[in-house]
Amino acid sequence: MQNHLLELVEQSSMKASIPKFEVGDTVDVHVRILEGEKERIQVFNGVVIAKSGTKTREMFVVRRIVQGEGVERKFPVHSPRIADIVVKRSGKVRRAKLYYLRERSGKAVRLKERFAGGKATAAEAKAAKAEKRATRVAAKKAKAEAAAAKTE
Amino acid sequence: MRVGLLGRKVGMTQIYETDGTVVPVTVLECGPCTVLQVRTEERDGYHALQLGFDDKKRKNATQAERGHAKKVSAEPKRYVREIRQDTPAEGVTEGQTLTVEVFNEIKTVDVIGTSKGRGYSGVVKRHGFKGLRASHGVKRMHRHPGSSGPSADPAHTRKGIQKPGRFGFARVTVKNLKVVRVDATNNLLLVRGAVPGPNGGYLTIRQTNKV
Repeated sequence: MQNHLLELVEQSSMKASIPKFEVGDTVDVHVRILEGEKERIQVFNGVVIAKSGTKTREMFVVRRIVQGEGVERKFPVHSPRIADIVVKRSGKVRRAKLYYLRERSGKAVRLKERFAGGKATAAEAKAAKAEKRATRVAAKKAKAEAAAAKTE
Repeated sequence: MRVGLLGRKVGMTQIYETDGTVVPVTVLECGPCTVLQVRTEERDGYHALQLGFDDKKRKNATQAERGHAKKVSAEPKRYVREIRQDTPAEGVTEGQTLTVEVFNEIKTVDVIGTSKGRGYSGVVKRHGFKGLRASHGVKRMHRHPGSSGPSADPAHTRKGIQKPGRFGFARVTVKNLKVVRVDATNNLLLVRGAVPGPNGGYLTIRQTNKV
């Protein structure tokens, strides 16, 4: 368990809310770039192939193809330099790290699209499962109580 | 007045500055400290503030500790250290409580603590020796110190030769650490870089000595 004081410090350095995105999603990353005095926003578009770390240390890797050459950039999620992350398309994937995309080119790079309401992501599925289990346990408890009441 | 305070190491993490730079910081729980005694030139031969941090149960304290704390109507303290002063400390009285706010104007600090004990360690770990080669005929001597000096003349090992031995658990001072943030509500002080000792270890934090 982590110290609550350390947690407090980390909270102060984290963004209040970050857009939800998963590995396999095609995203637009809005990066703040300082040119002399002026600040401008550059968009880096690509597929999220990996996520790592937690809290202030959370990072994600975006891969895109520029002029036939694969380019990967690793971004810190909570950095003030990241203005926004916009999910353009959700991909259906069965891996946490999509490093296999590096060896592929052309049509093979495409990922099947995942639609909202369709097959859930791993985290969502876990939450749903937990909820289902809770309801089942509650039902069982109620039933047992009813039976106990009857015998009395 | 030379500013100083006692505290405890909470742990390390990283935070972002507004321009996106990542700063490695150590979080220190700093104060509040009670001034147990003000040492003066006339009585003690030097100027200093004696601070106490972290209350101790009265039953665990010695009579001497209890009496000493009672003089300033405080609880006995677990960690008591002095902050040396060049001149008589002005505006500080015995029994006063100092908080982390004393560091508000301070840019850099020195942190004194007890380093993690590493037991009996070899020269590679203890003194940063390179050891011997991995191959080319070196036989089971890869982390050895090699020679410890000339032979017939002087016919003994010179003083100060670095050898294996007990490593760590010693007083260590880390100087000139930048103060990143002072959080008065939670009694936290954030300094850039590492400080000696384990998380939860006691520390003395003082305004840096370097000019």
